[in-house]
Amino acid sequence: MSSTPPTTGPFATKHDDRPTPRPGFVLDVDRSTPPILFHHGEGFRLEKLPAGRTRVVYGPEPKAGLAHPDAAVEHALDHPLDSEPLSALLFSGMRLTIAFDDASLPLPQMRRPDVRQRVIEAVLDRAAAAGVDDVHLIAALGLHRRMTEAELRHAVGDRVYDAFAPDGNLYNHDAEDPDGIVDLGQTRHGEDVTLSKRVAESDLLVYVNINIVAMDGGWKSTATGLTSYTGLKQHHNAETLQQSRSLMDRHNSELHKSVWRQGEVIKANGPKIFHIETTINTNAFGYDGPLSMLQKREWEWNARDRAKFMGLQAGLKAMSMRARRAAFINWRSPYEMTSVQAGDVDRVHEATLERVLDQHITPVEGQTDIVTFGLPYTSPYSVHSIMNPVVVMCWGLGYMFNFYRGRPVVREGGVIIMTHPTPNEFHPVHHPSYIDFFDEVLRDTTDPVQMQAKYEQRYAEDEWYRHLYRTSYAYHGVHPFYAWYWGAHALQHVGQVIVVGGDPTAVRRLGFRPATTMMDALEMASDTVGPQPTITHMHNPPVVMADVT
Amino acid sequence: MISDALAGKKIAVTGTTGFLGTAIVERILRCVPDCTLVLLVRPGRRGADQRVRREILKNDCFDRLRDHLGADEFDAMATERVIAIGGDVGTDGLGLDDDGRAILAGCDIVIHSAATVSFDSEYDHAVEVNLLGPLRIAETLHDLDVCPHFVGVSTCYVAGNRKGAAAEELLTDTPFHVEVDWEVEVAAARRRRTDVEDASRTPHQLGEFAKEARSTLGAAGVAALAARSEQLRERWVSKQMTEAGRARASSLGFPDAYAFTKAMGERALIERRGDIPVSIVRPSIIESAWSEPFPGWIRGFRMAEPILINYGKGLLSQFPGSPEGIVDVIPVDIVVSAIVAVAAKGPAAKPEVFQAASGTANPFRYSDLVDLAAGWFAEHPIYDEKDQPISPPAWKYRDPGAVPNELARAKRVLDRTAKALDMLPLRGRQAQLSGELEERRDLVDRALEYVELYGSYTACEAVYQTDRLAALDAWLDPADREVFCLDPGVIDWRTYVQDIHLPSVMKIGRVKTAPTGKGGESRSARLRRSVLSPDRELAAFDLENTLIASNVVASYGWLATRRLDYPARVRLVARTLTQAPKMLALDRADRTDFLRSFYRRFDGAPVDQIDEDALEMFSDLILTKSFPAAIRRVRDHKALGHRTVLITGALDFVVEPLNPLFDDIIAPTLMTGADGRTYNGRMTDVPPTGETRAQALRDYADLHGIDLKNSVAYADSTSDLPMLDAVGFPVAVNPETKLASLARRRGWLVEIFAKSPGGPRKLMPIGTRKITPRKTA
Repeated sequence: MSSTPPTTGPFATKHDDRPTPRPGFVLDVDRSTPPILFHHGEGFRLEKLPAGRTRVVYGPEPKAGLAHPDAAVEHALDHPLDSEPLSALLFSGMRLTIAFDDASLPLPQMRRPDVRQRVIEAVLDRAAAAGVDDVHLIAALGLHRRMTEAELRHAVGDRVYDAFAPDGNLYNHDAEDPDGIVDLGQTRHGEDVTLSKRVAESDLLVYVNINIVAMDGGWKSTATGLTSYTGLKQHHNAETLQQSRSLMDRHNSELHKSVWRQGEVIKANGPKIFHIETTINTNAFGYDGPLSMLQKREWEWNARDRAKFMGLQAGLKAMSMRARRAAFINWRSPYEMTSVQAGDVDRVHEATLERVLDQHITPVEGQTDIVTFGLPYTSPYSVHSIMNPVVVMCWGLGYMFNFYRGRPVVREGGVIIMTHPTPNEFHPVHHPSYIDFFDEVLRDTTDPVQMQAKYEQRYAEDEWYRHLYRTSYAYHGVHPFYAWYWGAHALQHVGQVIVVGGDPTAVRRLGFRPATTMMDALEMASDTVGPQPTITHMHNPPVVMADVT
Repeated sequence: MISDALAGKKIAVTGTTGFLGTAIVERILRCVPDCTLVLLVRPGRRGADQRVRREILKNDCFDRLRDHLGADEFDAMATERVIAIGGDVGTDGLGLDDDGRAILAGCDIVIHSAATVSFDSEYDHAVEVNLLGPLRIAETLHDLDVCPHFVGVSTCYVAGNRKGAAAEELLTDTPFHVEVDWEVEVAAARRRRTDVEDASRTPHQLGEFAKEARSTLGAAGVAALAARSEQLRERWVSKQMTEAGRARASSLGFPDAYAFTKAMGERALIERRGDIPVSIVRPSIIESAWSEPFPGWIRGFRMAEPILINYGKGLLSQFPGSPEGIVDVIPVDIVVSAIVAVAAKGPAAKPEVFQAASGTANPFRYSDLVDLAAGWFAEHPIYDEKDQPISPPAWKYRDPGAVPNELARAKRVLDRTAKALDMLPLRGRQAQLSGELEERRDLVDRALEYVELYGSYTACEAVYQTDRLAALDAWLDPADREVFCLDPGVIDWRTYVQDIHLPSVMKIGRVKTAPTGKGGESRSARLRRSVLSPDRELAAFDLENTLIASNVVASYGWLATRRLDYPARVRLVARTLTQAPKMLALDRADRTDFLRSFYRRFDGAPVDQIDEDALEMFSDLILTKSFPAAIRRVRDHKALGHRTVLITGALDFVVEPLNPLFDDIIAPTLMTGADGRTYNGRMTDVPPTGETRAQALRDYADLHGIDLKNSVAYADSTSDLPMLDAVGFPVAVNPETKLASLARRRGWLVEIFAKSPGGPRKLMPIGTRKITPRKTA
C-alpha cells in the first residue's frame, strides 16, 4: 500500500466531506473530560470515568472507501495474487462452487448492495462468459444457523437469489448432512479435516469473504465455514482457545495455527481455491444521520450531536424492549469497501490483515487493572435475534477482550467491567440449545474445560438439536459451548467480571457479578484490584484493537 | 368385683370397629379376665374374623395389653376369648348365619354400641341404624328365645334442646316427652328416600346436574361428564336426605337426626323389649381417654377435633355459643367403665338409665375450653407450608344465627367471584390465582358446615344429671374403682385439654407442629420426581398450550397467507376473524365437529406446497411459540428411556417437523382428492380429541404393551381429562381455571411452561411471505 491513496483507477478512494481520517488515539481522562459513551445493549450510557487514572482507547476513524468498488473487484479478479486470473480458471463443463460468508458478517448488516453481492455477480459474469453451467452457491455457515431467505437475498442480491435458489443451487451449508461431508485426512498434528462434499468435488472453489475483524478470513473461511463438527472440534475447544492469545492475532493464536494446518490439508487434498477477501471500514453508524454522533469523540460533539443523542435516549426510553430491538435490528450500516484482493489464500489473507489492522489498531502503553467495554445490541451469533446471556459473555470475553495484540489490555488477575442489560431472554428458534445450556450446563459449571468433558458431546450429537440445525434456523447443539470457549482465555486471565445494568439472575448464572451503576462496579472491582485502580475503556464504536506494549 | 360378676360370661358387643366399641373390647379383655367376647361386625370384603384382627385388635388401644402379655400370648388370648360373627344391625335379623345365631343365643350380655354418630348422616340411614338397630337386636333375641341383659348405648342428647336438668330416666317418663309414633317415622324416612331419588331424576334436575358437570369439567367428553353428573346426583340426594333428617329432628326439638333417631330408638327398644332386661347408658360428647388404656387415646376424628385444628390453623375464629355455656365432654374411658359396670351389676326389674356426663359433677365452660386451647396453641403453634408458625385468632363468641349468616354472605361473594373468573379465559399463573380463591371458598364452606352441624348443639343447655352414675360408683368395689373410674370429678380440665387431648389430636390429625426445615422438598418437586422416574413407561403430550402457544386456526392462517399478496392476506384474516365467534362456540360444544368443519378450509390445498411451507412454518410459528421447558421435558422423558408420543388434533403435516422429539405422533390426516395432488379437506379418521384421545392412547398402550397406570400425560384443558384420567401420572400444563382446580384437588403435578420471553411476537398468524416461484419438483 502506498502512503498517498491514488485518485484514479480501481484503487481510487472516495472523496467525502470529511477531513482525512485520524489514527487511533488514547485519551487520558481528566476533570474536564466529558462523560464517555458506552453501548448498553439496545441503548447507550454516558459514564463519567475517574480522572487521573483512566484512559480511553479510540480506534482509527473509518478509512475512506473505494470510489469504484466494482472496478476494484474486477481488477482483483483479473489481477490476482499468486494465481492465474479467475477467467483462466473457468471452463465449460466444470463444476464451480462459490462459497460466501454467512449472516454473522458484517455487523451490523451493511446497506445494499452487500459486498458479497458485488463480488459474486462479478464472479458469475466471468463464469457465464466461460460457459460454466454447474454452479452452486453455498453459505459457509459452519455450525451457525441457516440463513433465511431474506438474509440470503440481502447477501447475494435478488438477481442471484432468484436465478439460483429456486433450482436448489443456492443453499446453506449443512454440516450434519450424512452424505454431504467428506474426510480429507489429517494434519501433521493429527487433526481431522472434513469438507463439504460438493466443495471437495468441485473443480474450483471461489470463496467470497467479508473481513471485518482480524480473526476472520484466510483458511478460517474454508476450514470452519464448510466443515463439520469433526473438523471444528480440533480447534474449537477449551484448551486451544485458552492458548489463543489473542484470537484477533492470527500469528499468535493457537486456533489459527490449527486452522492453518487444516488449510495445508485442504490445499493438498481439496479443490483448487480462488480466494477473494474484502475489507470494509468501520463506518457502522454513518458520517451524518441519526446515529452519526456515536462514532465521534465525545468532546467533539456539537450542539446538534448532543441534541440527537438526547433525542435518541428519550426515544429509546419511550419504547419497549421489543420495539427497541426491532429498531436496531433494522439498522443497516453504510460500510464502505476499502480493499479487495483475490488469489492464493495465504497471500490474500496477509494483504487483508494489513488492511484490517491498519483500520483497527491503536497503540496502547502498558496494561491496566480494570478494562471496561460497552456491549452493543448485536453480535455475530445474534443477528436478527437476541443477545442472550451466553452471547453477552461471548461478546465481552470472547471478542472485546481479544481485541489486542501483544498483551491483554487488562493485567492478569484484573477486572473486566462491561455494560449490558443481559436480559434472561433467548430466541426460541435461533438458540434452542443455548436455552438448555444456560439452564443445565451453567447451573452446574462455568469452567470451559469441565463443561467440555461433561456435556459437549451430548449437546453436539443430540438428535433434536441436529434436526433444528438442519431444518429450522437453529445454531448447532454444540454452539453455546463454542460461544463459551471463546471467552476461555479471558476467564483464565481475569480475576473478576462485573456487568453493569445486567439482570442479576442471568449475570450470576454466568459466574459474573451484577452492578447497578459504573460507580458501584468500580467499587466492587476494588475487592480484586485494590483501591485507586487504573482503568482503560475500549471505546466502541468504532471497533478498536489495542496494540499493547 | 366386676371381674367376678362377669367371670365365665359370654358378652356380645356391637359397634366394635368404632371409637367406643374398640375401647370396650380392650377394657374387657384387659380387666375382666374370665369372660368371652362375641363381636358382631359387618363382614365386609375380608370377612368378620379378618376385620376384627385388622381393624380392631391392631389398634394402638391394645398396645398396653400386647406389651404386657407379649405378642404371641396376646394373639393366643385373643384367639381364645374373641369370637367374630358377621352381621349388620342395619339388616332385619341382623344378617346372621346359623352359626352366628347359635353363638348369639349363647350370650349372657349384649352391649349395643353400634350407631351412626356422624352428625350429617342421611335421615333414613340414621333411622335404620340408630332407631331400628336396637330393635332388630331385641327381635333377633326374641326369635332365638333368649333373654340376655341388653346394655344399650344411647346419648344424653336424647333429651333434646332443653334448658335445665335432664334426669336419668326413660324418655316416656319425662314431662318433656312428645308423643311420636316411631313406626310412622320409619315409614316416612324410607318414603322420603324414594321421593328424593325420584326428584333427583326429573328431567329438570338431571339437566341441572349435567349443566353443573359441564361447568366444572368443560368439554371433558361424554364419559367423564356422565360420571360427574351421576356423582352430583348422588351428592344431591345425600344432601337432601341429611336436610330432611335435620328438619324433622329440629321440628321435634332435637339438635339433629342423630339425637332424634337415638331417642326414637330408646323408645322402640323399651316398647318391644318383651322379657329382655334392658339397661341404657347415655354418654354426652365422648372424647379422648383420660387414663385408660393410656391418656389421650382416641380413634378417628370426633366432633370437636376439626374445629380445634381449624382454630389452630387460624381458619376458624368464631362459633355460636355463650362463654358461660357448658361443654359436656366425657373421656371415653369413663364411658367404658360405666358400660362395663352396668353389665356387671346386672339388670333391674325396670329398665335403668345411666348418664355418663361431666356437666353436673365437674362442669367445663365454653370459655375455659377456648382459653385453654388458645394458651396451648400459643405455645405449640401449627406451622404453615412456608414453615411459619400460625398465630390463632382471638375467639369471638357469637349469637347463634349470626355466624351462619355472615359465612353465607361471604360464601355468596366468593361463589360469584369464582363464577366470573371461570368465564374468563385464564391460564397458568392466573388460573392458579383463581385456585387460591377457590381454596378460600372451601374454607368458608367447611366453616359453614361445622357451624351448621355442631352449632345446634350449643343450643342444648340441658344439665345432665349423673346421680345413678354416682350410685354405680358407690356400688363398685374399691379395687374396681382403680380400674373402672366412674367419677367425672377426677378430670382436671387444664391437664385434659392441654396435656392429653390436644397433643393427641394434633398427632392423629398429622398437623405440622414443627417446621420441616429446608431439607424437605416441595410437593411439586416430589411429584415431578415421581413423574420423571426411570420406572415410567410412556409420556403422552398434547400440543396446543402444552408444547406450543398456538392452535389449528393459527397454523391454517399461516399456511393460507404465505403465498398471498397483501390485500388478499388482509381479506383472509378479516374473514377468519368475523367467523371467530362461531368457530369458538363450535369448539366449545364439540371439538371433533369443530375440527371437521374447520379443516374443510384445506379443500384444494396443493399437497407439495403445504409440505414445503409447513417446514418453514415449523420455525416461524411452531418453534417461535413453543415452550422451551416443555420441549426439554419431552427430551427428559426420552433420555430416561420412556416412550414419548404426541397426541393432537393438529394436522399431521403441521406437526411432522416435531417428529424427532417423539417416538410416535398420533395426528389426523387429510384425504387427498382424486388427482392425489390436492387435499379435499376431509379427515381420514376421527381426530384424537376428548374421549377419542384417551381411546387412542389406550389403543397405543395396548399395541406396545405399556401400562398406562405407570405412564405420564401432559395436557392443558379439561377436554383432555379422559386422557389425563387414563394415566397414573397426569400433569396439568398451564391449566385453564377448571383444570387448575381439578388438578389441585386431585393432587396432580401442575407445570407452568412459558414461551421464551425474548421470542419474536406475532400478532396475527400470517405466513412469512414467499416471494420466489416455487421450486419445480
